Amino acid sequence: MTSGAALPLYPRLAWYGFRRHAAYWAAALAGAFTNTVFGVLRAYVLIALWQARPGLGGYAVADAVTFCFLTQACIGPMQLFGVGLDLPQRIRSGDVALDLVRPAPLQLWCLSEDLGRAAFLFLARSIPPALAGAALFGIVAPRAPAAFLASVTLGVVVSFGWRYLVALASCWVMDDRGLATLSLVLTTFFSGLMLPLTIFPGWFGSLARALPWAAMVQAPSDVYLGTAEPAHALAFQALWAVVLLALGALLTRAARRKVVIQGG
Amino acid sequence: MIRTYALLAWAWTRAAAQYRVSFALMTAGAFVIGGLDIAVIWVIFANTDSLAGFGPAEVMFLYGTSELAFAISDTLFGNVDRVSQHIRAGTLDVMLVRPAATWAQVAADRFGPHRIGRIVMAAAVLCVALARLDIPLGRAWMVPVMVVSGSVIFTSMFTLGGALQFLLTDAPEVANAFTYGGAMLNQYPLSVYDPRIVMGLTYVLPLAFVNWRPGLYVLDRPDPLGLPSWTGLLSPAAALALAAVAALAWRAGVRRYRSTGS
Repeated sequence: MTSGAALPLYPRLAWYGFRRHAAYWAAALAGAFTNTVFGVLRAYVLIALWQARPGLGGYAVADAVTFCFLTQACIGPMQLFGVGLDLPQRIRSGDVALDLVRPAPLQLWCLSEDLGRAAFLFLARSIPPALAGAALFGIVAPRAPAAFLASVTLGVVVSFGWRYLVALASCWVMDDRGLATLSLVLTTFFSGLMLPLTIFPGWFGSLARALPWAAMVQAPSDVYLGTAEPAHALAFQALWAVVLLALGALLTRAARRKVVIQGG
Repeated sequence: MIRTYALLAWAWTRAAAQYRVSFALMTAGAFVIGGLDIAVIWVIFANTDSLAGFGPAEVMFLYGTSELAFAISDTLFGNVDRVSQHIRAGTLDVMLVRPAATWAQVAADRFGPHRIGRIVMAAAVLCVALARLDIPLGRAWMVPVMVVSGSVIFTSMFTLGGALQFLLTDAPEVANAFTYGGAMLNQYPLSVYDPRIVMGLTYVLPLAFVNWRPGLYVLDRPDPLGLPSWTGLLSPAAALALAAVAALAWRAGVRRYRSTGS
C-alpha cells in the first residue's frame, strides 16, 4: 500500500494528484525553465513601460518586475494554459459513467485531485521562476506571507471552478477544443498574466478586475505586493470560488441526467 | 520531401474539413489569440506614447513582421516540436520505416489548417502598421524578404527544438522557451532588453534578424549597438546559416535515436 492509504478519502485523492504529477518532474522543471525565460522577457517589457510611466497602476518598477515573476509562478498551479482535467476525455470515451456512480461527488473528487496537482506545481513550477527573478532582477518580499498563501489557494479553487465548468460543458458540446480555446483566451488576458489589470484603461479595467479570472493572478499578486487590502482580495476570491463551485454543482446535476450509460 | 509534406498536409486539411463548426470555431479562436497580443500592445500604448523609443505604429510594424513570420512557420512546420510525443508513443518508428523524409512527416503530422486565423490576424496588423508608417518603396521591398527569412529562422528554431527533444524526451517544454520565447521576444523593439541579450541574438542565435535588424533598416532608425544599417539586409544569410545548423542537428538527433526496442 502507498503511504496515502491511511488518510481519509479527499486528502488521499489530493495526495494521489500530487504524486501523479510528481512522477513527471523533468517535465515540470522544463516548464519552470520556460516560465523563467518568459518572466525575464516580460520583465524587460514592463521595465521599459514603467520607466516611461513611473508609478503606473500604483506599482513601482520593483513591484512591476515582481508582478511579472508572480504571474509566471501562477501558470503552473492555476493551470492558466489548458483545461488540465481528465474530464473531457472521460466524457468522450464514456468513462465518466464510472466517475458518476462512485459514492463520492464528482466535483469534490476532481477538486481534491486538482489541489494535489497544484501543490506539486507550486513547488516545482512557481518557486524556481520566483528565485530566478530574485537573483536576476531582485524582487520584493511578500508583504503578508500567510495571506498570500491563502490567496494562492483560493486562486487555485477559483481556477478549478472555472476549468470544471469548461470541462463539464463537453457533455453538451461535441468538440471541446473550441471551448478550450475560448477559455485560454479569457484566462490569459483577464487573469493579469499578460499585463497587470490595474493598468487596463477606464471601464474596461474595472470590468477586468471584477471578473473571476482576476482572482487567479491579479488578486494573489496584489496580496503579495501589498497593493490590495488582503481581507478585501480574499473576500473577492472566496465569492467567485463559491459562485463557480455552485454553478459547477448545478451543472453536475444536469450532466447526471444527460449521461446515458449503454449496455450493462 | 515537398510532395510528401503536401500530400500529408492535404490529408489533414480534408480531415479538419469534416468537422465544419469546429473548424470555424478554431480558426476564429486562432484569430482572436493573435489579437490578444495586439490588445496587450494597445493597453501599453494607452499608458504611454513611446516604448523604448518606438511609437505605436512602429511597434505594430515590428510585431506584425515577427508574428506573421512566426505564424507561417508555426502553421506549416510547428508540429516538428511534437517529436517527443512521437518518440514516447512509438509512432516515430513508423515514420522512420516509411520511404519518405522523416522531418516532412513529423512536420505535417496533425497539420492544423485552422491556424491560418493567426496568419490573417498578423497580416492585418502588418498592413495597418504599413499604412500608418508611409515607408518609401526604396526600403519597403525588404518587408516581404524579412517575412520569408523570418519564417525560415523560426522553422529552424522549431527544428532545433525538435532535435533537442531527442535528448530531452521527457522535458519537451524546454524547446518552447526558444520557439515561443523567440516569437514573444521579437514582438517588442529589442531596445527594451539588455544590450548583452541583443548582442547574443545578433551573433549567436540570430533571432534579431527576424525583424529587429531588417526592421531598423526599413524604419530608417539607427542601431543602438552601433552596427551599420546594411547589416539589416543580412537576414536571408542569417536564415540560411541557422537552417543549415538546424538540419545538421536534426540529422544528429535522428541518428542518435534508438527505439524503445519492445
